[in-house]
Amino acid sequence: MTETGIGAPVRRTEDKRFITGKGRYTDDINVPHQTYASFVLSPHAHATINGIDTKAAEAAPGIVAVFTGKDVAEAGIGGLICGWMIHNKDGSEMASGAHPALANDKVRYVGDHVAMVIGETLEQARAGAELIEVDYGVLDANVETGKAKDKSAPQIHDAAPGNAVYEWAIGDEAAVDAAFEAADHVTSLDIVNNRLVPNAMEPRAAIGDFDAGTGDFTLHTTSQNPHVARLILSAFIGLAPENKLRVIAPDVGGGFGSKIFVYAEETLCVWAAGKIERPIKWTSSRADAFLNDAHGRDHETRAELALDKNGKMLGLRVKTVANLGAYLSTFSSSVPTYLYATLLSGQYNLPAIFCEVDAVYTNTAPVDAYRGAGRPEACYVIERIVETAARELNLDPVELRRRNFVAEFPHETPVIMTYDIGDFGASLDKALDLADYDGFGKRKAASEANGKLRGIGFSTYIEACGIAPSAAVGSLGAGVGLWESAEIRVNPTGNVEVLTGSHSHGQGHETTFAQFTADRLGIPMDQVSIVHGDTDKVQFGMGTYGSRSGAVGMSAMSNAIDKVIAKATKLAAHLMEASEGDIVFENGSFSVKGTDKSLAFGEVSLAAYVAHNMPEGMEPGLKEGAFFDPANFTFPAGCHICEVEIDPETGTTEIANWVAVDDFGTIINPMIVEGQVHGGIAQGVGQALVEGAVYDKESGQLLTGSFMDYCMPRADNLPSFKLGFTETVCPSNPVGVKGCGEAGAIASPAAVMNAVTDALGVKDVPMPASPATVWQAIQSSTKQAAE
Amino acid sequence: MYEFDYHRASSVADAAGALGKADDGSLIAGGQTLLPTMKMRLASPSDLVDIGFLEELKGISVEGGGVKIGAATTHAEVAGSSDVASNIPALAALAGGIGDPHVRHMGTIGGSVANNDPAADYPAACLALGATINTDKRSIAADDFFTGLFETALQEGEIITSVTFPGADKAAYMKFANPASRYAMVGVFVAQTGDGVRVAVTGAGEDGVFRVADMESALGGDFSSGAISGVSVSSDGLASDIHAGSEYRAHLIGVMARRAVDAANG
Repeated sequence: MTETGIGAPVRRTEDKRFITGKGRYTDDINVPHQTYASFVLSPHAHATINGIDTKAAEAAPGIVAVFTGKDVAEAGIGGLICGWMIHNKDGSEMASGAHPALANDKVRYVGDHVAMVIGETLEQARAGAELIEVDYGVLDANVETGKAKDKSAPQIHDAAPGNAVYEWAIGDEAAVDAAFEAADHVTSLDIVNNRLVPNAMEPRAAIGDFDAGTGDFTLHTTSQNPHVARLILSAFIGLAPENKLRVIAPDVGGGFGSKIFVYAEETLCVWAAGKIERPIKWTSSRADAFLNDAHGRDHETRAELALDKNGKMLGLRVKTVANLGAYLSTFSSSVPTYLYATLLSGQYNLPAIFCEVDAVYTNTAPVDAYRGAGRPEACYVIERIVETAARELNLDPVELRRRNFVAEFPHETPVIMTYDIGDFGASLDKALDLADYDGFGKRKAASEANGKLRGIGFSTYIEACGIAPSAAVGSLGAGVGLWESAEIRVNPTGNVEVLTGSHSHGQGHETTFAQFTADRLGIPMDQVSIVHGDTDKVQFGMGTYGSRSGAVGMSAMSNAIDKVIAKATKLAAHLMEASEGDIVFENGSFSVKGTDKSLAFGEVSLAAYVAHNMPEGMEPGLKEGAFFDPANFTFPAGCHICEVEIDPETGTTEIANWVAVDDFGTIINPMIVEGQVHGGIAQGVGQALVEGAVYDKESGQLLTGSFMDYCMPRADNLPSFKLGFTETVCPSNPVGVKGCGEAGAIASPAAVMNAVTDALGVKDVPMPASPATVWQAIQSSTKQAAE
Repeated sequence: MYEFDYHRASSVADAAGALGKADDGSLIAGGQTLLPTMKMRLASPSDLVDIGFLEELKGISVEGGGVKIGAATTHAEVAGSSDVASNIPALAALAGGIGDPHVRHMGTIGGSVANNDPAADYPAACLALGATINTDKRSIAADDFFTGLFETALQEGEIITSVTFPGADKAAYMKFANPASRYAMVGVFVAQTGDGVRVAVTGAGEDGVFRVADMESALGGDFSSGAISGVSVSSDGLASDIHAGSEYRAHLIGVMARRAVDAANG
């Protein structure tokens, strides 16, 4: 391995520009003659719009235009879409209420978009927006997941009676019933997966532009997948044909899923730019981001696990109500179904699983994929109930897991996944060793002597990443395929541009992809540039989410690199008058076996472009592309162990120790992978201990609408992590990688809450386990013990 | 943020004049509360009169066993002052725990006291140490100064010039921070002086900072945490929100008070 080769901890080349303020984010871009947009947002959770008076705003200084839902509807602009069709148990299609970019007749959550005001300056646009008078007829609202289907709950969309989006199920109900009948022990658990606000560091932003001369639209936006955004804006919303719409996602400061989706604001910036024939810029405030960026999670679940007397798992029954908010966001419907229930088998040989999911509308912000997307919820269900079962059976939770681990691969689960490879025992063993599990009793006693409660919790997680085989997701209702494209463009002088459909918004692609390509071509890393995020440069791509850029994006690169090497080998053979079979390509040099003849990669590329001496029939140039469609999901897996110490006087939980051992397959850059694990754990710990979106049950206002009330995890909430890796090379892609972006967020909430409940000796504590919540749990259990 | 006129005052008298002439003027020093409020468009003063640069409002001097701190002195200056540290170390520690480094280098004691945020730290120190708030017109005892939620005894146009803290034999401040904002969810300042013991609580009261008489009398006889282990605080009049119910806050007052006494006893 060289200093920059595959497997080397190369420092991120993009960081110099980010930490010196040289990043170029959407809000850093200014276009001549640009105007500014401000949106009027609904202050009510549920209300009819009886009228909108825009006159005062239109007459205000510097106002260029004002648009309402009526204008958008009259222009024939389609509503925002949900791109994944889920079918009900009876085979019928899910119910989907219309989602106009600007509300027409009704607003359905606090933050719903009501009007767009465009001004010469941002301050003028905002002042104009304050002059819009909306006559609302306030309706009863429901923000509660569990109450959405109550008869008394307000009806949110006419198209979805009873606020039911779908009632979906997976697995074999009869087999599960039989398993429970045969069971010696049944563990049941009611748990809530709390709603989260994504809070990417950079808020969303958009600049819509229209060239009246050519009829071309351009959108700069904070997107994780600019091509998919263009496809939706073009084919479904109908703004412009794809060839007349360029979408550029420049530097993007984090997404965590929230920037996958197509929202009202960027749609309207493009549309209105065509109307006023001037560029329109919009940047979200943090306050608006809290209200409008698609939230994550929000499940209420009852789970039951059937076991025999030896602790062998027989069946799992799960019933989940998933809150999708007031409208179906772009991929929302897939999250609590195919991204969730298909992972409920965990790392275990579970012969029978049946999971029902009821998705509901409520008067809250739309809910969609957020780091992990369905898989953290699945991991939380299975890992919490397994740990609970172990306690009920008086078994070491480690032992219960071992008795049920899948050990032979490929393994077909009862919920349509085929695990291709793994070694769950290996990651568990390594984690136990790093965590000094044998010493836990001593540490617990030391804590007790100090007046503290100590607990330990495990999470042996598995996730499905590298999304996804196009035909498979197509058969499940996806509106798109989930392959990835890459193009390797070798320049005459031998340096290389890699064009990728993956998008980097914090992942470090400019480093990892360059490292991979340079290693494969045997050239220095600084001779490789990564090009992404522009539909005019990259032909097409599906973008970055679901831990897919390594497994799918880099695999496309790998195949394109193979083609480049194949062509260059042919050319080198011709130039050196050798047979192609005698050419060896190594360390950036083509040599003829058994001779001292060789040509450097750059010499061959120059020959390809000069084209003076080409083999017969070979085209000049050296540029190859590939589309990679994975054969299967990838299955990162591992073991996280969390140790907490709780101060019973205040309810404060401190994480005393954290071990994560992950199997991500082949690792290109271990430093970047460790960073991903750290960030993922931070988000998972955030969910478990501090984060939670709270709406007022009466008014439907978002009570956690700023960082004053929505608690983000901070450095002092976290310990120094102990990380380890095991490796089973992924067989379903040429790079051998599985993906690492979401693992931390998937594994960690269950580990934390298993530790907290262990420390307190209670079955469940709701997330986030804030000091107040933990203190309350201690009071209740003390009271119960006294009774 | 709405438009406003900015005045950089040349003296306290000049500031008072500018404020008097303004339609709906506001003083500004560090602006750590006012500016975010204005950015959120929740406040829209017609004029901002900046007193943050006035030398006459800056600086720390030793008076008796205590300290006098100019109103425009930043939290970082108080936290880093050897005069404060040697005379009232608990006050230096409190200042060092306000907000984050950015806030501490901009925010001022005068601004904090004048704003009387129910979760701010300084009001607890003022009340527990029996501070005097000096203005361009008079001196006001802390007991009379903090009158309610974001309310003080300051009159229209009155400008705080300094705060005088008498020394204490023993003192300590214990803050249980709100996990999100890191403001005090419950902060307890205990001080033992020649005049007795004072216990002031911030973060918990519906009407802002308050004293706990039962604890003060118990500690007056025996300044040890054991002396107040049986003193329970009623949850009546305590704040209840998504972060903490009033019962939890009442409980935390006891815990923080005991820890503060232990810390004060070293």
